[in-house]
Amino acid sequence: MTANTAATPADRTPAATDGTAIDRSANTPADRAATDRAARTVTVLRTGPQTLVQDLGRPGHAHLGVPPSGALDQPSLRLANRLVGNPEHAAGLEVLLGGLHLRADTACTVAVTGPCTPTLVNGVHRDSPVHLRPGDELALGTPTGGLRTYVALSGGIATAPELGSRATDLLSGIGPAPLQPHDVLPLGTPTGIPTGADVLVPVQVPAELDLPLLLGPRDDWFDDPTGQLRHGRWTVSDRSNRVGLRLQGTPLTRTKNQELPSEGLVTGAVQVPKDGLPVIFLADHPTTGGYPVIGVVPPRALPLLGQARPGTAVRFRPQG
Amino acid sequence: MRLRRCGTDAVLVEVDSLGEVEAVRAAVHAAALPEVVELVPAARTVLIGARPGGLAAVRRVLETVDLDHRVESQPREVVIPVVYDGPDLGLVAETAGVEPDEVVRLHTSASYSVAFCGFAPGFAYLVGLPEPLRQARLDSPRTKVPAGSVGVAGEYTAAYPRATPGGWRLIGRTDAPLFDPRRDPAALLQPGDRVRFEATA
Repeated sequence: MTANTAATPADRTPAATDGTAIDRSANTPADRAATDRAARTVTVLRTGPQTLVQDLGRPGHAHLGVPPSGALDQPSLRLANRLVGNPEHAAGLEVLLGGLHLRADTACTVAVTGPCTPTLVNGVHRDSPVHLRPGDELALGTPTGGLRTYVALSGGIATAPELGSRATDLLSGIGPAPLQPHDVLPLGTPTGIPTGADVLVPVQVPAELDLPLLLGPRDDWFDDPTGQLRHGRWTVSDRSNRVGLRLQGTPLTRTKNQELPSEGLVTGAVQVPKDGLPVIFLADHPTTGGYPVIGVVPPRALPLLGQARPGTAVRFRPQG
Repeated sequence: MRLRRCGTDAVLVEVDSLGEVEAVRAAVHAAALPEVVELVPAARTVLIGARPGGLAAVRRVLETVDLDHRVESQPREVVIPVVYDGPDLGLVAETAGVEPDEVVRLHTSASYSVAFCGFAPGFAYLVGLPEPLRQARLDSPRTKVPAGSVGVAGEYTAAYPRATPGGWRLIGRTDAPLFDPRRDPAALLQPGDRVRFEATA
């Protein structure tokens, strides 16, 4: 199911090289009729609450104040890319709570990964990956659990890269704007062959997140950090987004109350602002912050954070 | 120098001054380790993010850092043209006890270096500000500081790459291309760069 033959680590060529921006000009039927029938594009018909172009992000620019960005559930994006024959780092779509409708303007293969999400082609339920002919319409329903569904198209989304990535960074405004109806997305040239998978296991999102946490760098700013973290109980706030997962529940008590000069942050850092309610930083996090970080959630636990709906219970398993 | 753990793949190096921050940053940068993914200086820390398994190599470099001596390097020199007509030029002059012309002379005669970036992409905190220009932030921050504004706050001076809220005292504006994600390099200023300001009409 996850054959990786099409995406060796050596394959670092971009999925597409034409580097065009999203075309928002071809908005009328006449315009569309004028579009070359062979154009490698897909047209957005509806977006749902939020659909973003995402790849594996642009790590390596934090010293310029640029967040890493990229898909929150990277294993799901990588899988979708492998299924359609793309390199794992190709750009796809990150769809929040479903609702995306696309029309293929060219023949392409599409894979839908992440939580279990109804997938229809021309109104008929289909299992992904699925081949689309020009004019076919793909529609995603609402995922039965989780938040973010990933859509990969053969050739990858070929918008112009910025700082080496096509990812949309909602904190900094780098990368394509959130998709809108009538957007025409360029696709790159396929570089691999879609895998023959026909059954996918969707991401299972647990009702409670039991998160490993490595203490530091500022655990010494808290009284009994291990005890406080182990005994506290939280839920995911509805103010969470790609910048961070905000938690409601047990406030953490600081012993040091002086100002902290801003310092660098990593993805997964659990920052504790003045109100004591932790924020777990995700891909679009600011590169520096002025509140103490009590601990860091390791990378292996991050993909599920991007799938945690508001109200999901959270506890920490601190490790000295 | 104290090393603080920062998850599985990063270490936060804590030191006592901006000079020591630059010593650590410059030494790690000069080592050009392929394991290093992120190298993020700040006011009293340097965050070093590594590929999985790469922290041991980072620690070996940190053991060799001499905090009292900067690694010899040839910093890039950037000149930023400024029109000195900022809305707080009078306030800065009054606080410093000088005429506005003297503020311009002081700001353009100093040589600065980029201590770190943050707050927004391409926002570079420059140190080297003459003492009379080291002034408090505004009591009430502006909700929108226009892109290109040049300001001072505490020991820092900076130019805003884009319109953001901000509390710095604004003394001028520049049309220098401070940040453009589609250009390479995207940011005009990077940590370690030398910077001068030049008055233009």
